[in-house]
Parts: sequence; C-alpha cells; structure tokens
Amino acid sequence: MRRLFISMTILILFLILFLPFLSIVLGAFDQGADAFLVALQRPESLHALKVSFIIVMIVVVINTIIGILLSIEMIRGTWISRWLRPLINVLVDLPFAVSPIIGGLMIILLFGPNTVMGMFFENAGIKIVFALPGMVLATIFVTFPLVIREIVPILEELGMTYEEASASLGAGPLRTFFLVTWPSIRWAIYNGIILTIARSVGEFGAVLVVSGNILNQTQTATTLVYQDSVDFNMIAAYSVALLLGLFSITVLLILDWLKKRKEDQLNAH
Amino acid sequence: MHIEVKDLEKKFGSFIAIQKASFKIQKGHLVGLLGPSGGGKTSLLRMLAGLEQPDSGEIFFNGNLANSLSIQAREIGFVFQNYALFKHMTVFENIAYGLKVKKQKASVIKERVFHLLQIMGLEGIEKKYPHQLSGGQRQRVAFARALAPEPQLLLLDEPFAAIDAKIRKELRIWLRNLINEFGVTTIFVTHDQDEAIEVADEIIIVQKGRIEQQGSPWEIYNQPSSSFVASFIGESNSLASPISLQGFPDLPRYFRGEDRNSEVKVYIRPEWIEIRTENKYYLASASEPAVVSHVHFRGDSWFIEFQLTNGTKLFTYQSIKEHFLKVGDQINILIHQLIVFTPSETRVLENRSKIDPMPVFI
Repeated sequence: MRRLFISMTILILFLILFLPFLSIVLGAFDQGADAFLVALQRPESLHALKVSFIIVMIVVVINTIIGILLSIEMIRGTWISRWLRPLINVLVDLPFAVSPIIGGLMIILLFGPNTVMGMFFENAGIKIVFALPGMVLATIFVTFPLVIREIVPILEELGMTYEEASASLGAGPLRTFFLVTWPSIRWAIYNGIILTIARSVGEFGAVLVVSGNILNQTQTATTLVYQDSVDFNMIAAYSVALLLGLFSITVLLILDWLKKRKEDQLNAH
Repeated sequence: MHIEVKDLEKKFGSFIAIQKASFKIQKGHLVGLLGPSGGGKTSLLRMLAGLEQPDSGEIFFNGNLANSLSIQAREIGFVFQNYALFKHMTVFENIAYGLKVKKQKASVIKERVFHLLQIMGLEGIEKKYPHQLSGGQRQRVAFARALAPEPQLLLLDEPFAAIDAKIRKELRIWLRNLINEFGVTTIFVTHDQDEAIEVADEIIIVQKGRIEQQGSPWEIYNQPSSSFVASFIGESNSLASPISLQGFPDLPRYFRGEDRNSEVKVYIRPEWIEIRTENKYYLASASEPAVVSHVHFRGDSWFIEFQLTNGTKLFTYQSIKEHFLKVGDQINILIHQLIVFTPSETRVLENRSKIDPMPVFI
C-alpha cells in the first residue's frame, strides 16, 4: 500500500514537474546550444529581461519596507481598534484570493487614460498604465502578502517583552529595532524577499493586462515567452522559459539553504 | 529612589485594572506587591516602569512628577517574568546592553560586566547564549542586565515564577542579600505570600485593583486591616455565623450590632488555637470541649480538625512531638485570640478568661 502511494506520488511529480521541464530543456536545445544563445541574445530578449529585473528590484525594496512597517503596526499598533485589525488582516490576504488579472484590471480602472487619476498623472507627465509604474503596481499587488505573512507570525510569537526590556535599559526605538527586533525577524524577511523575487519574476496575468505587452518597451520576460509562443517562435519561447525556470529553481535553493543555515545557527553552540 | 503614587487609575477597555491606588515607598526599601492573580499588581509595576500610561493619578520619583517621563528616562531596571534575555546576544552582550546605550567606554563596560558576573556567581559563562543556560542562570543574567546601568529603581515581575520550587527558597535569601548589597529601591510582584513575607521589608496587598493594606510582613500577618487580607495571608478558620465562645463574651455583640445584610467575619488563625487533653483543668473557664473529627499527617506537623459542642468545625496544627490524637478523641480547646471584621471596624479580641477571674488558692 505504502509503495503504491509512493510510486503514485513520484508518477504525478514526474508528469507535472519533471516532464514539462524536460520538454522545455529539449525544446530550448532543439537546434543546439547556439540557437539557445541566439534566442537569449535577441534585443527584445535582453530588453525584456532588463524590464523584469528593474520591476523585481523596485518591488522587492517597496514590498520589504512596507511589509516590515505594516507588520509591526498590525501587531503592535495600539491605534488600530479591535474591529479594524481583522479587516486589515483580510485585506492583506486579498491578493492571494483575487486573480492577478483582476488585480491588473483594477489598476487600469484606477489609472487608465480616461480616468480622473490617470488624467492627473498624465498631466504631471507620468504615465502609469502601459508603462513601468503600472507594471510595478501590478506586481506589488500580487506579491504584497508574501513578506507580511512571513513576519507577522514571528512578531506575534516574539511578543513585546524583548522590546520593552530594551527600552527599560534606556534604548530608543531605532536602536531597539536594529539590535533587538531585526535579528529576530530577519530570517522571516529574507524568506519573504526570496518568495517576492520568485513571484514577481514569474508574474504574468496582472502584468500582461497593465503593460499592453509593447515590444522593447513594456515587455517582461514572461510576456515575451507568451509572445514568442504565439508567434510560433518556439525555440525562443523555450529558451527564455528555461532561463526563468532555472532562475526560480536557484532562488528556491537559496531559500532552502537559508532555512538550513538558520536551523544550524539555532542548534549550534 | 523615593516613590509616591497618588490616586492612580487604569482601565483596559471596560476592565478596571487599578482604581485609586495610593502608596509611598521609602528609598532603599524592598517592597513586595502581593495579591491574587489578575489583581492589578503587574499593571501597577508596568505603570511605574512607564510601560503603561495611567488614565489618571500621579507618580512621583523623589518628589518630581514622573508621569510624562519616557521609560528610557526613568532610570529603572526591569526584570521580566520570562527574563526577556536577547537570544542572539551572548551573556556579556546582554549585560553590557544598558551600558552601551549609555555610551560608556569599552574598558568601563568590561570591568562592570565582569564585576556583576562575579557577584552573580556567573564567571566563565560570558560567551554563552541564553538558550545554553539553566533557568537559574538566566534569571541571574536578567538581574545583572537590569542592575548594570545602576538603576534608581528595580522592578521585578514575578521573579521566581519560572524556577523550581526547591531552588526558589534558596533564591529568596540570595535576592535579599543582593538587593541589600546594591541598596537599590526594589519593588517585586508576587502571588506567593511566603515569598513576600520572607523577602520584603514591606508588603503592599493589591486586590481587584485596590491597595488593601501596606505594612511590614509582621503587621500584615498579625494586624490585617480587612477580612480579605486576613484570609489571603496565612491560614484561618473563618466563622460566618454567630456563635459564642468561652472567653469571648463580646463576640455575639458584633453579630447583633450590625444589620443583617452586612458582613461580619471572624477569623481564628490555627496558631492561636491550643489543643489540650480532656482532663486539663488549668484555665478551664477559658476553654471549650471538642471532639477530634479528622487527623492528617503533614510531615512536620499534624493537621487536626475538631468539632465544638455547638457543631462548629475548626482546624489547627499540632507538633509531631505532642500527644498523638485519634479521630473521636475528646479534647480541650483554648483559643488565645481571634479577629473580628465588621464593615465599620476591625478588632483583635484576646481570650479574657485567660486571666482567671476566680483564682483558687489551696
């Protein structure tokens, strides 16, 4: 019985994970390594990867800072009344529940060319929809809960006493945060950042809706894969997809390594 | 540091944690805040520390209003119930934390930390992390960390709660000596009366957010100001119904004098009851006959429960060296004193017949 379950699990893993990845690898190298490299060195590939990279960097910075601040306020903020707390909690999780495409549509409805907000920013010379700011907003929407959901349980478990102890010894809020709170939550933050990177690199639906997928302008790596496959440029599609896949695997391996290091650190001495 | 608290009040939502609390603490005193769990002791301590803001009332440190002082500016040391040692710092870094905040020189910090380690008997563990220490060591590190910046006031929240019962007794004497050595004004919270009586110079009894009584352990034990204090500290027999006892002719008057709705309570401490053999004639007019109804061995004494002729059951303890009693034995009871609480007064009554009114000379 046990063997049957194990072999079933392996079979499913093989069918949904290993086989597709293998087909991507084979597809990418269908006409040799040269074709793979040429596909990656196309100007539109390089541009798309650059756009993806910029989005990831901005999203990680904004998500981390807002994530830390919001988590601390959600747990510690005395100004939040009792009924508001669960509401904020639910709102934070909203991106998990809502389809990314709907997230993208919300941004178009808010900042689209014919809306009040859109006009306002247009007049100020800032284009949001079909431009980088909109894509960043869409990606932030999709990845928003990741950092917060990592920090909140740690902060809850930590309680106030360490920070209170620090304050009673004369330390101000900044020193307390960097010397006492930060060391306790930093692994959670690293986890959250890595998940954010992986998720924002792979984001497709929300970005496709707000970017308009304009070649060499608002095309990201994932929308390029989509474009290439629609254009029957399969080798290019597979090549970029393989690169994205390898990147995600690397990121997850780093996550695993970080966790192990944290455990080692806890068990050491 | 001399501390004065005036009419302090604190609510958490609709829950009243502290109401109209006022007390004064002399500089250098070691004071125990004693009371049942959830009575507001920790809230008082946290308000003194500046971790909570009172809704109304004033806190004075050395005569200066301290309400608006931040926790950092209060010059206090706080030892938390779970010690709250910084997990990612070594023992040395933990103890040095407050000194580093004060921007002391590295050499001064090192000297002070090693001095404290030596006083606490923690030499050689300065490079260890908190999770490598035993409970007792953690507690001592927490004390050292709180004492390092030379606070004017040391606040301890249930300092022995997380320690084995056996070691706890040793630590009480250790704590007394430590506080005496540093001479720092100290307030500690406890729900353990033995701890408070053994350690404190002065006890403040807190119940349901009110200060019930403040006084030396002797005063609290022997002159309780309310029936709550009498029942909370030590053990007591309580008599709720009016009975008459030999030697206490005034007792029924207290029950009669008050209207029926008001509460009159009479407490008799077990140590005020003397058990004598049945055929004892000395001070016969002061004593009551009784029958033993329950005997229980307690290791260092016998627990004796007995019934008076009017049906009242009382208990006391008897030394194991004394005459051994069985259930059903006829005995003679001498009650030396009792304490009466009425809503208007508190009276300690002595057994009047002990001074034999009719001495017989042969």
